[in-house]
Amino acid sequence: MPEKSASNLVAEPQSPPKIRSPKRPAGTLYRGNEGMWSWVLHRITGVSIYFFLLVHILDTALVRVSPDAYNIVIDSYKTPLMGLAEIGLVAAIGFHAINGLRIILIDFWAFGAKHQRTLFWVVIGIWLVLLAGFIPRQLMHVFGG
Amino acid sequence: MSLIEAPRTPTRGRRTGGINWEKWGWIYMRASGVVLVVLIFGHLLVNMFLGEGVKAIDFAFVGGKLSDPFWQVWDGLMLWLALIHGANGMRTIVNDYATNPKVRTVLLAGIAVSTIILIALGTLVITTFDPCPAGADPALLASFCEAL
Repeated sequence: MPEKSASNLVAEPQSPPKIRSPKRPAGTLYRGNEGMWSWVLHRITGVSIYFFLLVHILDTALVRVSPDAYNIVIDSYKTPLMGLAEIGLVAAIGFHAINGLRIILIDFWAFGAKHQRTLFWVVIGIWLVLLAGFIPRQLMHVFGG
Repeated sequence: MSLIEAPRTPTRGRRTGGINWEKWGWIYMRASGVVLVVLIFGHLLVNMFLGEGVKAIDFAFVGGKLSDPFWQVWDGLMLWLALIHGANGMRTIVNDYATNPKVRTVLLAGIAVSTIILIALGTLVITTFDPCPAGADPALLASFCEAL
């Protein structure tokens, strides 16, 4: 039997299999998926919050200078433009906080590592609920009477 | 002997013994992170959500909070945990992207110096703050200052 199958192989040379090139890079387990984007967003929000924190420590330190100095600077936080920027700040803090908890679940819990993609969308869901609660409230405070 | 250096060869030799600072930094990011979620969400709830939100924040508002030991500890913990958490995160990012050793050293030193100065400043403000400074316009102060 082996002889026969060997002769079959010689008699019918197989054409090389056709490999189609993907329309876009196939990516890896990580690249281009939830894991990468959660990492990118965690960095961007982290750096943004860090620079706000530097400014925020300095502006709060003005309470040690005088009531007037503090009030003048903190009034700039109450303008419509800054009111909208604060929504961005809370959005950044909210994502960084909830995704940070996701990172901890992935690091310490096998379930978390296995379901990290699902957990990313859970993070986005909780984040949207948080913003749905905060944004109307903030708009009332800044633009309300 | 290989002609091509193995990828990801550390510029510094492998650490032998001593305290594993990178491990403790990793643990710190997670431990402080969990505490900061509580501290900062509480901070945002009281200062940005409840009452008049950001519109209510002025010297009297801060004076009222920082005259209470509860908020002094809260804000002090937030200051230390958040700034060190942020500085360590920035250190990671600098190490990832600053490939020039001199630039990296300058950036890391800047992060370290600014962190030390701001923690010292913030701690000084929280511990030496007077909510009812003498000679200030009483209209700008917390209501309890009138009793003094």
